Amino acid sequence: MIGLEHYLTVAAVLFVIGIFGLFLNRKNVIILLMSIELILLAVNINFIAFSSHLGLNDLVGQVFTLFILTVAAAEAAIGLAILVCFFRNRGTIDVEDVNVMKG
Amino acid sequence: MTSADFSAVLPEVVIAAYAMLALLFGVYTTKDKTAPMLVWVTAALFVLVAVWIGISGQGSIAAFEGMFIDDAFSRFAKVMILLAAAAILIMSEGYMARRDLLRFEYPVLIALAVVGMMVMVSAGDLMTLYMGLELQSLSLYVVASLRRDSVKSTEAGLKYFVLGALSSGMLLYGASLTYGYAGTTLFSGIIATVSEGDIPLGLLFGLVFLITGLAFKVSAVPFHMWTPDVYEGAPTPVTAFFATAPKVAAMALFARVVHDAFGGVVSDWQQILALLSVLSMFLGAVAAIGQRDIKRLMAYSSIAHMGYALMGLAAGTAFGVQAMLVYMAIYVTMNVGTFAFILSMERDGQHITDISSLNLYARTSPARALAMLILLFSLAGVPPLVGFFGKYYVLLAAVEADMAWLALAGVVASVIGAFYYLRIVYLMYFGEERDGLDAGGSPILGAFLMGSAAIMVLGVINLFGVEALAAAAAATLVN
Repeated sequence: MIGLEHYLTVAAVLFVIGIFGLFLNRKNVIILLMSIELILLAVNINFIAFSSHLGLNDLVGQVFTLFILTVAAAEAAIGLAILVCFFRNRGTIDVEDVNVMKG
Repeated sequence: MTSADFSAVLPEVVIAAYAMLALLFGVYTTKDKTAPMLVWVTAALFVLVAVWIGISGQGSIAAFEGMFIDDAFSRFAKVMILLAAAAILIMSEGYMARRDLLRFEYPVLIALAVVGMMVMVSAGDLMTLYMGLELQSLSLYVVASLRRDSVKSTEAGLKYFVLGALSSGMLLYGASLTYGYAGTTLFSGIIATVSEGDIPLGLLFGLVFLITGLAFKVSAVPFHMWTPDVYEGAPTPVTAFFATAPKVAAMALFARVVHDAFGGVVSDWQQILALLSVLSMFLGAVAAIGQRDIKRLMAYSSIAHMGYALMGLAAGTAFGVQAMLVYMAIYVTMNVGTFAFILSMERDGQHITDISSLNLYARTSPARALAMLILLFSLAGVPPLVGFFGKYYVLLAAVEADMAWLALAGVVASVIGAFYYLRIVYLMYFGEERDGLDAGGSPILGAFLMGSAAIMVLGVINLFGVEALAAAAAATLVN
């Protein structure tokens, strides 16, 4: 029987993979965008799992998920747009080359 | 019922509708000739809405079944946000027009960011919180990379985007846990669950993730990494905007979440905020010493100032919230003046942000140097000036909440921090002969600089009544 804990565990694992993807990845900025998407999807799984766990009438979690999906799409669009501008100036999208300013 | 709900969000609706119309207008009239006019109209609209909110608002309304709260606290924050945004818009017009940066998207994006901030400070539900935060953040990512032919500006936008998205992810994970363990996303529902005494472990995790996400937005240490780079890389007017309105919004949202949703477990979040506060104050003070670029220096300065504002919040009392609001109002006023000065730093028409270019600035422009001296003293918290009273309030709030150690740490950090402000004063008055800056500059920037410095001196009489307003605002939030 698959219960709430299983969903929460999957979500937590995806979330952690996303965070590690952001910090350990040294190759490509596109992978950062994928990691961000992973984090948001992990959150969505959490919301849906809780929503169904809390009872049939609790739609709040599902509504929240729809909002997150919409915002995630807008966020990806803006991220890619900034990335394209950056690529035009710098000629590369390696994470290691995002270093004109120190810090 | 519904009409009352909509009248509560009317200011936001007006600005959002204006942003759409301005966008259409900008696209139809083709290109950026209309941009200066749009900047002025947007600034005027902000001031009008600020006056409207300030005069007409009264009482507390929880619209849309508690999802959107219009009370004295949110009105105080909104007026601050709108006035700061209007001031920055007016300041940026001349600067950006001369550098061919003034696109008509700029005022539109600022207007949308301001709508986001107004929704943030009125949030009564995790969903409202998230939508407001994202509207603000998405607009700011774009403004940060506004100079799209510069590597620095696009890199700043990219870094801001990646770390901002990470912080939104953290905040959302916290929101999902809070929803799961409290069974609702309404703040009023969460506080009902929490105040039954013991807080469930899942809810505690939710709280920690929420605080992490919010700490990113106010750039509190250890979540400050993006601040110096974004401040340095973004065009200077945008940096000025980042340092003022979004900080107020994020700080007010912080207060809203910890008091409205988690007011029952003050001792649980108090320690986290105290730690964030101490780390921010010390890192901001120490790391700024080695900076050569004044925008980077202002980034560390803002980190330190957020530490002090968090100290007021960490006290966990109504007086603490009042102290935080007063501190933010003073901080914003000081920063508007300081950035008016930074925007006017030029040599042969080129914008210079190197601190060493300020050598002997007092000889060429004594009046501006004096105004900057007052602002820097105020930022450092030197006694007779208004900046001192901001620090005094938060320290008093910490002491009254039995956190004398936190207040002591604040005093030590402010002594360390005074060094880098005073170094600039030293350079301006007793520096060496070097290539200086052009004298003169735009009269609008001069007016903002002088006005802000005058407020720092004249405000000592009664802080222009901000104190009483902040007390009333804090009383509606904490009970």
